[in-house]
Amino acid sequence: MERLLGNPRAVLVLLGPALLVYSLVMLVPIVWSLVYTVYEGNAVSGFEFVGIDNFVRFFNDPTALEAVGFTLRYALILTVLQVVVGYALALLYVFYLKKASSLVRTLVFFPVILPTVAVALLFRRFFEAAPTEGPINSIMQFVGLNTFDWFGQPDASFWVILMMDLWRSMGFYAVLLYAGVVEIPEDIIESARIDGAAGWRLVRHIILPLSLPVLLSATIFSINGTLKVFDSVVALTNGGPGTSTTPLTVYMFQTSFSFGQYGYGSTVALMLTVMCLLVTIFIFRASRRDLTRNDK
Amino acid sequence: MTTLAVTPFHRRVRTFVRRLPVFIGVAILLAIVAYPLIWLLLGSFKQQDEFLSEPFWSLPRNWSLDNYTEAFVGGGLGKYILNSVIAVFPSMFLILFLGTAAGFALEVMVWKGRGAVLLVFLAGVMIPLQMILLPLFTIYFKLHLTGTLWPLIITYTATGLPLTVFMMATFFRAVPREIFEAATLDGANIYRIFWSVGMPLVRNALFTVALVQFFFIWNDLLIALTFTNSQDLRTIQAGLLNFTGQYGAVDYGPMFAGIAVNVVGTLVLYLFLNQKVMKGLTAGSVKG
Repeated sequence: MERLLGNPRAVLVLLGPALLVYSLVMLVPIVWSLVYTVYEGNAVSGFEFVGIDNFVRFFNDPTALEAVGFTLRYALILTVLQVVVGYALALLYVFYLKKASSLVRTLVFFPVILPTVAVALLFRRFFEAAPTEGPINSIMQFVGLNTFDWFGQPDASFWVILMMDLWRSMGFYAVLLYAGVVEIPEDIIESARIDGAAGWRLVRHIILPLSLPVLLSATIFSINGTLKVFDSVVALTNGGPGTSTTPLTVYMFQTSFSFGQYGYGSTVALMLTVMCLLVTIFIFRASRRDLTRNDK
Repeated sequence: MTTLAVTPFHRRVRTFVRRLPVFIGVAILLAIVAYPLIWLLLGSFKQQDEFLSEPFWSLPRNWSLDNYTEAFVGGGLGKYILNSVIAVFPSMFLILFLGTAAGFALEVMVWKGRGAVLLVFLAGVMIPLQMILLPLFTIYFKLHLTGTLWPLIITYTATGLPLTVFMMATFFRAVPREIFEAATLDGANIYRIFWSVGMPLVRNALFTVALVQFFFIWNDLLIALTFTNSQDLRTIQAGLLNFTGQYGAVDYGPMFAGIAVNVVGTLVLYLFLNQKVMKGLTAGSVKG
């Protein structure tokens, strides 16, 4: 029996194809991309060895540094928004809507599966100022404010992207966190209630500490996704006005495919990867320290 | 007598008043979720001058399908959808087949190093796709695959594998080992155990993973944008992005119709399978 389930030829037959495709299309290109970082050029014009020039250029490139800034700012704020709003919705589902929450859960989840491109094009019209006024500007005029060009100004564009992505993803985080909150044993909450904890105090001292693990995984998931934001930005602002809403992913795409700089593009991609790893490790570390402090 | 009749009513009123803020909150929440989509559907029936001169809450003057016809005929939406279908379904099939076999080999079969291989797959979930785009572009260019839909199928298959292998391994872990051991004692060979015992046991999981992968691939923009450089190869997402370029701020109706077609496709799927979709996507949330 053990011989059969450990048959090396069968392992090769079953695992081989997947491992081969995965290695050729993902692992080999990752290493290849690392090699590109010390070259400059592209597939058509040929390559030239440049050493660490690409990295020197990256740290002296104002557009690249602006992209790092945008990516971090966007990822941090959106992660906080996603987790906080998602958690608030999860609490609403569990403690207010209770058994009736299924329909609301399903409806609020719906935008999650919509194509980002469709949502972004829709929100573009929704916030439009000219030639036609979108609903947002119409409402602003109705209450006596001036029409505002949301996409003509860096900060406003930034917030429109955030609002759209929150709209798109809050249902997802609500369901993810709902699964964690609903598993908190009923008797713990009940005994806390008998001890007089209610409302905010119940959440703060009982429910929040008990949902820390699922909050942590939601945060890590969220930050990893938001650091890689691409679709929303490309379809909503295309990085503009100017380069003010260009994240690293879009900057990598532009340097690589618009300007044909494979070496520099790979360097930007590597920086993005390093950033994802660092942020994830940082959150892991920070959360562990917090947990030990709570234990004392 | 009167107090007895009034008290339950009073209690009901009091409960209602106490719950009123929650009702209002939920109503606002649902309005925020639904309104942009309702506005989209209404817009897809409006004429150009209605966009320019009527207020945003106005209903379309007539419910003609002209915008939809225009999106398909003038905008080439049909071609985009066809390209998406050609790219999505073969890659989905390959992902499921290869991923399940690999999950089986990694979880059910016993051999040295399987933990390490699973970790290698898991690493692929974390790496940003930007790391592999440029080398792949060079490879496809050298192999003369540029100008076909093959780069999309190959890339989707490979990038979908890590999550699928990971999820299938998790599902196989939940199957009691005795079932496979009993099958070996019955004298079935390993491929038969995989195909006739393993596969049926994870049939539900397979369906969930298929849904998750469908949404990831169907909604993908990055890979579609990178490897389709001509109008004829655009998938629905890349094509829709181009819709704005082509019509600019000029032709709202067909663009709304195009967005609506894109949205309604996923809406129909969600209408029937929402519980499975929600479960699958949150289970696949290791992808980050």
